[in-house]
Amino acid sequence: MELIIIRWLHILAGITWIGLLYYFNFVQGPAMAAAKADGTAAGISKHVAPRALLWFRWGAVATWVLGALYLMRAGNLSFGDAFMLRGASATIGVGAWLGTIMFFNVWVLIWPNQKKVLGIVQADDATKAKAARVAFLASRTNTMLSIPMVFFMVAGPHMGVLPKLF
Amino acid sequence: MKTPLDSIWGTIISGLVLTVILYVFTANFLH
Repeated sequence: MELIIIRWLHILAGITWIGLLYYFNFVQGPAMAAAKADGTAAGISKHVAPRALLWFRWGAVATWVLGALYLMRAGNLSFGDAFMLRGASATIGVGAWLGTIMFFNVWVLIWPNQKKVLGIVQADDATKAKAARVAFLASRTNTMLSIPMVFFMVAGPHMGVLPKLF
Repeated sequence: MKTPLDSIWGTIISGLVLTVILYVFTANFLH
């Protein structure tokens, strides 16, 4: 019973994190470009982006911690084996590594640079432009990594050992 | 410098290609 609660909460937190990641990449990014053109971007920068980033970065923490807790407590999986890509934990371990890289990107690349872009931390225009590019590429990298990450997260419990394609 | 990640479709296609590469790696070398 305890395990399914952890797994349930892990997935809810993951939806919060990756849902907002997709919002940033598929909705807010293109909307900002249009809003800058008609002078309404300040509303998004001031009222929407900081709130979305708050749920985004703490959703990432909750997802990672609950996922780690699940791997430590599940009888058929092991946290160590997952990250060493060993045995029955290898498949979900690939997903765990991808999720960990994404978690790193959120806290080390996206959030510190977004603080400069949004003016939460003071920066000159050149620094802001560079920060925007780094945050953008890290966010796009996470969107790309989310595709195999979700596959390996669901394939581990569903398929166990992956069949060879050829 | 432009990269495939500059477009949404480039990002999605890169993710799908990476999924196939990691699948083949996992199925052939990790089990």
